Amino acid sequence: MALAEAETTTAAPAPGTGTPVPARRGRPLWARVLPYLLVAPTVIGTAYLLVYPLVRNLLISVQKFGIAQLIRGGAEFVGIDNYRAILSDDKFWSVVGRTFAFTAINVGLIMVLAILVALLIGALGKWMRFAVMGGLVVAWAIPVIAATTVFQWLFQSQLGVVNWVLVALGFEQYDGKAWFADGNSTFAIIVLLIVWQSVPFAALTLYAAMTTVPKELSESAQIDGAGSVKTFALITFPILRPMFGLILCLEVIWVFKCFVQIWAISQGGPGDATLTLPVYAYQIAQSLNRYDLGAAISMVTVLILAVVLLAYFRQMFKEEGEL
Amino acid sequence: MRTRLSRKITLNVLALGVFAFSVFPVYWMVLTAFKPTKEIQAETPSFFPTHVTFSHFSTAVHADGFWIFWRNSGMVAISAVLMSLVVACLAAYAVGRMKWKGRQAFILMVFIAQMTPWEALLIPMYVIARDTDMLDKLPMLTLIYFMMTLPFTIVTLRGFLNGIPVELEEAAQVDGCNQFQAFRRIVFPLLAPGLLSTSLFGFITAWNEFAFANLLIIKNQDQRTLPVWLSSFSNTFGTDWGATMAAATLFMLPVLLIFLVLQGRVTTGVAAGAVKG
Repeated sequence: MALAEAETTTAAPAPGTGTPVPARRGRPLWARVLPYLLVAPTVIGTAYLLVYPLVRNLLISVQKFGIAQLIRGGAEFVGIDNYRAILSDDKFWSVVGRTFAFTAINVGLIMVLAILVALLIGALGKWMRFAVMGGLVVAWAIPVIAATTVFQWLFQSQLGVVNWVLVALGFEQYDGKAWFADGNSTFAIIVLLIVWQSVPFAALTLYAAMTTVPKELSESAQIDGAGSVKTFALITFPILRPMFGLILCLEVIWVFKCFVQIWAISQGGPGDATLTLPVYAYQIAQSLNRYDLGAAISMVTVLILAVVLLAYFRQMFKEEGEL
Repeated sequence: MRTRLSRKITLNVLALGVFAFSVFPVYWMVLTAFKPTKEIQAETPSFFPTHVTFSHFSTAVHADGFWIFWRNSGMVAISAVLMSLVVACLAAYAVGRMKWKGRQAFILMVFIAQMTPWEALLIPMYVIARDTDMLDKLPMLTLIYFMMTLPFTIVTLRGFLNGIPVELEEAAQVDGCNQFQAFRRIVFPLLAPGLLSTSLFGFITAWNEFAFANLLIIKNQDQRTLPVWLSSFSNTFGTDWGATMAAATLFMLPVLLIFLVLQGRVTTGVAAGAVKG
């Protein structure tokens, strides 16, 4: 980012300095400046709406920044006090643990189900394939907030259809069960919601990738006596490994930073059962007005995500070869 | 032979299961929206539409501020998308058609920007909006949505642009067009399908966004957007699940329509036809 900006300013020949610019390949001055003018809005927008907030976040995280500083300004620097405060807090570490567990459970389920669904689609006839893909697109398309609302309705205690079905199947203990009053069941519903929303993208992308694997390879493997599981493990998976890596990274990032689903359904509750890092940062900033602590937690989140991102970019550039 | 048949049956049963699991929540939402309240509250739910009513939609539409929130959401999403389209067009052209120092760094910046964990920027955005007197204002949301959709728009437009042969423009320039005319008359029409699908995806992102809308619009309720309004359905509709589901259905409708439109016409092969013809 800073690099791009620096080059924007240095590479454009300074007008009015009097030194004649050697006309390279006969291109006029405006033709050499033009690309920089064209990308300038993007660079400016990124600088103000992305880099500046990130830097500001870093600043707030090393200041004492509460409601008074928010209104009057003049926050004083306190060094790493905020980081020390959150890192020595047991609650923070339990939230970190929960966030990792949440990510692992969700991503594990998403990847396994997506692979199975992708293989299933590949094995289906034309019409059934069309139906399944259409269904996946519908689940993919529904807006997050509409989905959270529907899931609250599905699991409603008195009139919810899930309780009715469970009771009808003979599980009497679910009669009037209040899913959202209990930490574990709320956690489970949020996992279900995220998996339901994430599998379509992963499955459809994987299926699209699988169609690029030459049929002859898997056919010859089957002639040699390999079953479908073996064919997948020995042929399809190794060929598509980079693709799996990319999707895995994306899902890890998406689930780790997931905020809306949790906030709309439980706001981290009941009793912190669904409190993950992004929700915790928001909660501490909003309800306790401790913007400094919230910013510090956000920075920790960004750092953890940066590690995953690095893996993602390495994989992507290996794939693409060049930009 | 027998195993083959049983395999086929198993596959199709599984497929039906996947289909049902994907579609059921959406189906249930729409079904509830059309059910009379009496049926919604019945001991035994009905799984198929028997008595269709539009009263829940009427409740939702007549709820306080419904049209204002609808208009706010539409305005914010459309202006954000238009802004990012214009800005991305310029950048994509510079990246795809010109040689300049810093090009690689710029592309890298766009890729990184695309992966921004926006959820981690909520707090500084709030502080910045407060400092610049942009709290409770839709332009602030528009700017944020613009930035959310911009990197993706640049990346996809660059992809579409790469699919259009440079020779077309060069031929136009030989025929006497200048660079801008060549872009407007040759590249732009070929780019149009790409522009359309990209902007529709951007629209969906902005239309659905909840976290920032929820945080930055607090006091001035008239500036709220649909997702925030829908998330607080219990304030609006209490336990009127029919109206809540009707509101959710209406909110989902534009997005679903866009997905249907895009299914049919993701057109990348236009350029190939143009060269051959």
